[in-house]
Amino acid sequence: MNTPLAQAVIVGAGPAGIRAAQTLVSKGLRPIVLDENARHGGQIYRQAPENFERSRKTLYGFEAGKADAVLNAMQALMPHMDYRPNTLVWNAEAGCLDLLHKDQTSVLRYDALIMATGATDRILPFLGWTLPGVFSLGGAQVALKFQGCAIGKSVVFAGTGPLLYLVAYQYVKAGGHVAAILDSAQLSDQLSALPDMMAQASVLAKGLYYVAWLMAHGVSIQRGAMPVQAIGDASVEQLIWRDQLGEHRIDCDAVATGYGLRSETQLADLLGCEFAYHPADRAWLPTKDSAGRSSVPGVYMAGDGASIQGADAAEWSGERAAWAFLMDQGLVLTDAEKARIKTLDRQIAKRRTFGSGLTQAFPEPTQWPAMTTNEVVICRCEEITAGEIREIAQASGALELNRLKALSRVGMGRCQGRMCACAAAELLAHCTQQAPSQVGRLRGQAPIKPIPFEKALNANTEGPE
Amino acid sequence: MSPAQHFDVAIVGGGIVGTSAALALRRLGKSVLVMERDVCGSRSSGVNYGGVRRQGRSLVQLPLSQRAHVIWGRLPELIGTDGEYIRSGHLKIARTEADLASLQAYRDKSQAHGLDLQIIGGDALRKTYPWLGERVLGGSLCAEDGHANPRLVSPAFARAAQAAGAVVMENTTAKGIHHSGRRFEIDTDNGLQFCSTHLLNCAGAWAGHIAAQFNEAVPMVSAHPVMAVTDPLPAFMNLSLGVEGGGIYARQAPRGNCVIGGSRGFALDDLRARPSREAIGLVLARSVELLPSLRHAHVIRTWSGTEGYLPDHEPVIGRSQTTPGLIHAFGFAGAGFQTGPAVGEVLAELVCHGRSSTPIEAFSIARFSAVSSSVTSTPGDLP
Amino acid sequence: MKKAHSKLTGLWVRLSEMHRDRLTFFLNGEPCQALVGDTIMTALLTQSRGLRRADQSDAVRAGFCVMGACQDCWVATEDGARLRSCLTRIEPGMRLVVTP
Repeated sequence: MNTPLAQAVIVGAGPAGIRAAQTLVSKGLRPIVLDENARHGGQIYRQAPENFERSRKTLYGFEAGKADAVLNAMQALMPHMDYRPNTLVWNAEAGCLDLLHKDQTSVLRYDALIMATGATDRILPFLGWTLPGVFSLGGAQVALKFQGCAIGKSVVFAGTGPLLYLVAYQYVKAGGHVAAILDSAQLSDQLSALPDMMAQASVLAKGLYYVAWLMAHGVSIQRGAMPVQAIGDASVEQLIWRDQLGEHRIDCDAVATGYGLRSETQLADLLGCEFAYHPADRAWLPTKDSAGRSSVPGVYMAGDGASIQGADAAEWSGERAAWAFLMDQGLVLTDAEKARIKTLDRQIAKRRTFGSGLTQAFPEPTQWPAMTTNEVVICRCEEITAGEIREIAQASGALELNRLKALSRVGMGRCQGRMCACAAAELLAHCTQQAPSQVGRLRGQAPIKPIPFEKALNANTEGPE
Repeated sequence: MSPAQHFDVAIVGGGIVGTSAALALRRLGKSVLVMERDVCGSRSSGVNYGGVRRQGRSLVQLPLSQRAHVIWGRLPELIGTDGEYIRSGHLKIARTEADLASLQAYRDKSQAHGLDLQIIGGDALRKTYPWLGERVLGGSLCAEDGHANPRLVSPAFARAAQAAGAVVMENTTAKGIHHSGRRFEIDTDNGLQFCSTHLLNCAGAWAGHIAAQFNEAVPMVSAHPVMAVTDPLPAFMNLSLGVEGGGIYARQAPRGNCVIGGSRGFALDDLRARPSREAIGLVLARSVELLPSLRHAHVIRTWSGTEGYLPDHEPVIGRSQTTPGLIHAFGFAGAGFQTGPAVGEVLAELVCHGRSSTPIEAFSIARFSAVSSSVTSTPGDLP
Repeated sequence: MKKAHSKLTGLWVRLSEMHRDRLTFFLNGEPCQALVGDTIMTALLTQSRGLRRADQSDAVRAGFCVMGACQDCWVATEDGARLRSCLTRIEPGMRLVVTP
């Protein structure tokens, strides 16, 4: 390339961030990679602490090969990039990021940004979900993968999505006990989705394998089932759940819950990226072209942080976004590189078809708002109930999420709506007879995660002028 | 084509000023239309610090402020909620001898207005308020001043006005306003048409456009205060704190979060503002110095807003110099939350009785008429 | 209300990785043990059932997302600092406070 090397910064060191870094390094750049975690890998390929012993085969099962490839690739890149673990990006504006590392803040300038911020679980609250012993599905997986622990002696997995079966499988395989799997989806949903899911036949096969294996190991799988209440004194002791046949109780000491994933888009919002509502994801996502260019020049998006497409697509889109950046910098592609980009585009597109299948197989339980009684806490930070939300929406005529937040405090807590905004949007839409796309989305506000007062702002700013 | 709906009074701006005027006008039997571009109380009225104080205002503002103080005391009966308003006391601290002298001078000259200010020495302050940091020489306490939650109060005025029969149109921008010679004719951005005998310009930081339209441009600029809020902390501070000579202001809300303001942000565009990182750093550093209890606190959110400032930091309140029936109330320089409800009543008096029972001469738009001829437009500029 | 950290049972169960060095930390002044590489959350939840109290209701909370997003796992140290227990490693000698 003839142009001076632009300072590229990658936010996130999961599969998307890693492949983006790898691509940039292969063309002679030295990217800065900012990782909130202590070790690279993101969530799906999260690495345990260095002194842990389980093999990658044990940790990642069928994905061990992919995990190896991704994790080793990043390891090999270390001398050629500036990898910064334990670094939170808490604010972003044109050309500048605000970082927090070891309680010290600093400013980092960038020429181009590849956002690979990943995702967290999509939560639909039920009564008692704030009791000790209830964790998100992703959380249950982290406890196992990252710490070798099960969240309880007897865990109910409740929600929907492929993660439900994967984590339950991982628990039983690791010696944990799964009391039951409660999938809000119906078997008929999953059957009707088979054609689309054939777009990624091997992934489908794995999913079917997990289900079959769980059944063979005596795990009760209930479909069309949703949690109603977690009961317990100091912690979970029992879960009441409901299906077509009525209400049931199951003894357990932990519940892992989640209904798919939601993208982490706060930084994209602060950067001024355009957003659009995606009905299939039931989420507002930053608009991007097929290569990953956002509406803001110099800002690229990849992985689950841009749109939930899974780990493989995260790798492809991370690499694809890096190519887009390189091309935008004036790189002239070789024939092999052009072919590679075509392959990536094709794979990403195919994954979208599979994704539609997943949405069909594990649809949003639209019965959730109606079955959520007034006592259910929706915003666990501020302890705001469904009843308060309904009452305030009615009394104030609020039709929009930020207004609801201002009046009810939903989303005003430390987590800035990560746990509650999806549910609050569904609830607000339901009680105001609007479509979920009409209630808007919470405005991003810096810091996107809490930052300590103790250390005053570091005046050091680094990076290109 | 059907004739445009007529109102006695059309109000541009659904902040606390416009909606308290609407409420007051309804109680005097006038028909009222409020046009708010976004949702009522979503701008300065809804994102300010939340201080409800008389202390520290210019003397000319004190009659208005005292009138508002009485209204604040009746908030629940007026708007159906207390909006988390508490008379916690407002303490303005001095860090230098000069600042202390300044506080004493203010106490002396404002004595007649009945604020009951108490000057307290540093040692006594630290005894009563052990959470105060070291560098406090003394302070001035106005025991009956306090704070409230603007996000709750301002929209509640709008709802009360609506309940009293005002037509409140949100997400409605008054696009074209002209005076026919006898009345105001208004076109909105959603294709509606209204007419009115009176027009109240309560458009906050954007009111300068309307003033300019009627040939009375004012040199208003926008400023963007920066606010940070902590996660809930154990209750330690029961009054609203200010600093003589500027700096930060801080209060602890009933749920335990500390709201801290100070410094300046920047405009993203005409409508939106952001805290700057320098401002956030400054506010954090200064607040830990003043309130060591914040050492282990976390900032969980910051925000900014847009406020209109006139050069003398006094608002414009009163009749237009150019157009019959047009009344202005804007430019509150970041201090309009407390006085807002009284300004609303004054506007209602101007409409109904032709004059205000509270002195407002100092706020006449006429003081800028020399400027009008030379200034053609007043976009929101950064200071 | 039962104590949040009954010494009898914890919420979490160790399934593997048990051959790690031990370390000693302090919980409400009492010495406790954990394994090197444990997060504070693991150290606490393998032997108790709570990490903190909710701000308004005072209800016991034990975290939720285990990945730094939900902000429900903040644990206080004796000197008043607070740490996000799911992503912070327990260190020897750490002095933690959890309201019983």
